[in-house]
Amino acid sequence: MLRDQTHIHIPEFALVVLIGASSSGKSSFGRKHFKPTEIVSSDACRGMVSDDENSLTASDDAFDLARFITAKRLKKGLLTVIDATNVQPEARKDWVQLAREYHVLPVAIVLNMPENVCEQRNALRTDRNLGKHVIPNQVSQLKRNLKKLKLEGFRHIFEFRSPEQADAVQGIIRDRLYNNKQEEQGPFDLIGDVHGCYDELVSLLQTLEYENTDDVWQHPAGRKAVFVGDLVDRGPKTPAVLQLVMNMVKAGTAFCVPGNHDIKLLKWLNGKNVQLTHGLEESITQLMEHPAAFREEIKIFLDGLISHYVFDGGKLVVAHAGLREEMQGRGSARVREFCLYGETTGETDEFGLPVRYNWASEYKGSAMVVYGHTPVPEAQWLNRTIDIDTGCVFGGKLTALRYPEKELVSVPALHTYSKPVRPLLPPVVHTTSLQQEFDDVLDISQFLAKQIVTTNYGHNITIRQEHAIAALEVMSRFAINPKWLIYLPPTMSPAETSKLEAYLEYPAEAFDHFRKAGVTQVVCEEKHMGSRAIVVVGKNEAAITKAFGITNEGIGTVYTRTGRAYFTDKTLEQAFLQRINEALERAGFYEQFETDWVCLDTELMPWSAKAQSLLETQYGLVGAAAIHALHATVNSLEHTVASIPEAGVLLEKYTTRQQQVAQYIKAYQQYCWPVNSLDDYKLAPFHILATAGKTWTDKDHAWHMEAIRQLCAADPAFLLATPYKVVDVQDPQQVQEATDWWLRLTESGGEGMVVKPFQFIHRNGKGLTQPAIKIRGREYLRIIYGPEYTFPEHLRRLKERGLSGKRSLALREFVLGLEGLQRFVNKEPLQRVHECVFGVLALESEPVDPRL
Amino acid sequence: MLLTITTTHPPASDLSYLLHKHPGKVQQVEISGGIAHVFYPEVSAEKCTIALLLDIDPIGLVRRNNGPAGNEFALEQYVNDRPYVSSSFMSAAIVKAFSTAMNGRCKEKPELVNVAMPFEISLDVLPVRGGEKVLQELFVPLGYSIESTRHIIDPAFPSWGESRYFSVKLRNTLTVQQLLSHLYILIPVCDNDKHYWVGRNEIEKLLEKGQAWLPQHPARELITVRYLKHQKSLANEALEILLKDESTVLEEEAPLTTERKIRVHDLRLQTVLEELQQTGAKRVADLGCGEGKLLRLLLGAKQFEFVLGMDVSYHALEIAKDRLKLDRLPANQQQRIQLIHGSLTYRDKRLEGFDAAVLVEVIEHLDPPRLAALEKTVFRFAKPRIVIITTPNAEYNIKFPDYEAGQFRHNDHRFEWTRQEFAAWGDQVAAEHAYTVIYKPVGEEDPETGALTQMAIFTRN
Repeated sequence: MLRDQTHIHIPEFALVVLIGASSSGKSSFGRKHFKPTEIVSSDACRGMVSDDENSLTASDDAFDLARFITAKRLKKGLLTVIDATNVQPEARKDWVQLAREYHVLPVAIVLNMPENVCEQRNALRTDRNLGKHVIPNQVSQLKRNLKKLKLEGFRHIFEFRSPEQADAVQGIIRDRLYNNKQEEQGPFDLIGDVHGCYDELVSLLQTLEYENTDDVWQHPAGRKAVFVGDLVDRGPKTPAVLQLVMNMVKAGTAFCVPGNHDIKLLKWLNGKNVQLTHGLEESITQLMEHPAAFREEIKIFLDGLISHYVFDGGKLVVAHAGLREEMQGRGSARVREFCLYGETTGETDEFGLPVRYNWASEYKGSAMVVYGHTPVPEAQWLNRTIDIDTGCVFGGKLTALRYPEKELVSVPALHTYSKPVRPLLPPVVHTTSLQQEFDDVLDISQFLAKQIVTTNYGHNITIRQEHAIAALEVMSRFAINPKWLIYLPPTMSPAETSKLEAYLEYPAEAFDHFRKAGVTQVVCEEKHMGSRAIVVVGKNEAAITKAFGITNEGIGTVYTRTGRAYFTDKTLEQAFLQRINEALERAGFYEQFETDWVCLDTELMPWSAKAQSLLETQYGLVGAAAIHALHATVNSLEHTVASIPEAGVLLEKYTTRQQQVAQYIKAYQQYCWPVNSLDDYKLAPFHILATAGKTWTDKDHAWHMEAIRQLCAADPAFLLATPYKVVDVQDPQQVQEATDWWLRLTESGGEGMVVKPFQFIHRNGKGLTQPAIKIRGREYLRIIYGPEYTFPEHLRRLKERGLSGKRSLALREFVLGLEGLQRFVNKEPLQRVHECVFGVLALESEPVDPRL
Repeated sequence: MLLTITTTHPPASDLSYLLHKHPGKVQQVEISGGIAHVFYPEVSAEKCTIALLLDIDPIGLVRRNNGPAGNEFALEQYVNDRPYVSSSFMSAAIVKAFSTAMNGRCKEKPELVNVAMPFEISLDVLPVRGGEKVLQELFVPLGYSIESTRHIIDPAFPSWGESRYFSVKLRNTLTVQQLLSHLYILIPVCDNDKHYWVGRNEIEKLLEKGQAWLPQHPARELITVRYLKHQKSLANEALEILLKDESTVLEEEAPLTTERKIRVHDLRLQTVLEELQQTGAKRVADLGCGEGKLLRLLLGAKQFEFVLGMDVSYHALEIAKDRLKLDRLPANQQQRIQLIHGSLTYRDKRLEGFDAAVLVEVIEHLDPPRLAALEKTVFRFAKPRIVIITTPNAEYNIKFPDYEAGQFRHNDHRFEWTRQEFAAWGDQVAAEHAYTVIYKPVGEEDPETGALTQMAIFTRN
């Protein structure tokens, strides 16, 4: 090799195969130029599977292991170096195949050393004892096939014929892949298949506010156009379109990826024999009117087009026919094929055209994929992908997608220039979007295994498989249509156990908690004793269909914290929702929030309406058993005391027990009343979770309370505005007032209060703060800890309770809840929303003391 | 919680000798879960009453984490009736406090042991599964007269109805040993629960305390089964010993209805199997396979080269795995079957590529709005050539002896369809997904109501 090889260039993402006889210096070369973790060594693998790096019998297993490790690395997009002799073509073939499987470029670095150099080095080694014939054999095998490396599939080949040559290499420069444009952050205007429709293109560029200066269209704010390919064929002005795009690309105001038509034209320009069908003939006729130099310019331009681009830090991928996640940012013949033609099922339809495989329906990648190729009546999102070929040349329209705004801009076709073989379906009036229809049934695969949910709140939440198993069963057997389930509320931790003798919970600890967490202001809200209910209600059914993609299920729903329908009676549910809807209308809520639906976090009373069976089978029963047993016992003891005074101690004890049971019965009775009509329900909303396109978790709790108070004023007999206090935790007087308030509330039968940081989401240096802490009343807790829990010897033991598990759970569920809502209002695929909701349900199967 | 025993047999105060408890003191015995107090509310020559009062530690019950498991909420919940009722805790207190009397001994006045005396017993409160009827069945054959008050759940909410708790007064004339052995066994039988794990030694206790009267008791099966916490094998063993020569064991009464149910279900599975065989299917999926009864039949038929069992309940799958002895099958048989955890409301690639899928008594466990998802999962994505679905025929329900309008056969059923409703659904599904459907009865067809079960067979067009 005569070129300067002091610095050699390889692609940043490559499978580097070192080739050379034993002792030719492969390992030293590898160590010098690559990170230790990048090198997969056959010797090391042999050692790992057999305890002997030289064991030849272990070679097959060692190769399997090396291949496995390499595959995992390539899957992750990591450059990998194979350190093995690789002197036989069969050995190299496996690596080339693996590289192809992962769409990586194979690179060969050959250490073609003279035999005596290897022999001398080998003689110095004490760790290896090779037979005499081994090195000569390897050297001759190497030389024999060296010329065929290119044929074997290696795209970059470097050869060193002496130790001096190899040592002269000072650095290996890793070149960026051509498709890597991650530093280009936009903003972009992505333009669909033009097919020679020059007039429409100009009109579209004008609509997008591009200006034509010296034959180069550019945007005054520096936006760049990105053409998704198929500039040519079928339309009337292919040369003009090509000229326009070439000028823009040359001037750096546009990018362009090739379409299948563009490549077919290139083949013709290159003199290949191609069929003049599908509009190519028009292009050729038009181009023949131009000088040959122009055609030459086009040839060079088309030849230089890169199959696809990855923009904006990996967030945007553009390819003519779209691109699967595992192919993005990679290079191989298959990647290029996919970019140009997409994927087909192998079948043909009634028009003789290949049936396209809908890769987008399975797309789960995080990058947005923008593509064209298949004409559709309307550009619609599906799983973060969008086809923007709206069939301009067939009389549809030319569409651009503004990025990052995600706005669609179109200009109608001036004529129908070509008739499609397969008729373009007329735009149907869809009530639900493509994504919503696709979301009718979610895919199970991700919910069967351990999941890690990435959130925007600084926490990634892990869902263990055993909990996913439990959640899948609950979700499948009891939950409502997952399209409704955009949020499940987090569990709530109580305050730290009170230091006061007579109390298990007391406000002081909640204030302390938040003070320590760096919260200066808190909101204390009265805690209603009912059932937690999430209410989704729309102005009408059409609003629900548009936002949720649900048809024929009414104007909303009410569901519990485990995703079950609150009402079993559908008619009652809809009447209930209609009543809320009317209040929303009267309060002017829809106008004020610029929405036609809302999701509210609420408490729905009475408790007895939902917990009837619990009351009948548990709370009421225990009361009945206790009150009668104790009555008889106290009677009997009263008789006994007359003759046996020492029974007085027992009488006193059982009389106290009797009183406590009476208090317990009184406690649960307060939360029960019969429900005969809608008027008997009371709904107390406390968070406005989301409306069209927006979550409201950036607003503080006083804002929520006030907005809700206005809403409740519209139907005060039915909607309950929650009393609350804003408290400065540094101000002892305010703290005292809030404590007194709690005492008054709970002594008159209230459940207690919830203390929240003033901000919906509060963070300190350590992370998120508990979103809410409950302090339950002394009497209410009889329902939780048993009628007689206030006996000092009982209370003493009950105070030994740990909260850390509950607190951690509350935070994780809170984060998942926020994330799910945000994803929903961002119109992400349901799978992504469901992931969060499913996660909350799964976390709920973690074992935590249910009394907390 | 409270048991009192009163006698008027003169001199009544002799009761303290008989029971070996000092009449002038309050005494304690320890039992698991707490203590029991023994004292005399009344002692005179004419009338003597002894009280046994439970003092169960409610916090301790939970902390020990081995509360009364059979009780429907005890383990999970912490508000609990156990401290207030007479249950197996009371039996434990009886045997602890009155052991000498139970063994038929009395040091001071041994002549009293065999004297039948008039007794009045009060129990506050006694939980009785099955109400007055069971109370009668248990005590009347032993000569008791019963006076009982059933308590309502909460007088403030009459609509909640009656509780299972009774204040009971029993009267009888018998020996104290007989009395105590009756109470010892029948209190937990009324409650139908035990606070401890029931094993084989429980049979011995039953035989020892019940030997003298249980074999002749007309409710002996009920008593045995409940006392041994419904463990069939233990109950059979006990009855065998109890009844010795009498050969008419358990089969007569209780199991009859379940027997019948078993036959019905087997018949249903047999029908589905035969249908499947006729289709010539080789790869079949049992969607909602439960504990694997149909899978076993499918494995037994060579025609089926591969059998997939799917269920939403992981627990059911574990039982199926166990019952089918999957771990011990030879390798070639193991390859014929796969069990997977999954759900019919989620799209699932693993369900693709089957000749036939069966859903035996599955759809009625889904809320009607969720059926749309099931239809797509099965008919649009998995789309096997054949789909067989069975579901109850609601018209048949009126033929059940304990039929109540609007009542479903199983409390997890979300709907039960008439033949017309099933056909309406099936026709629509078939039309939408390009299948052809026919309907067949499963089981004997009644001219009025049709068969117990209905079946739809879908074939892809």
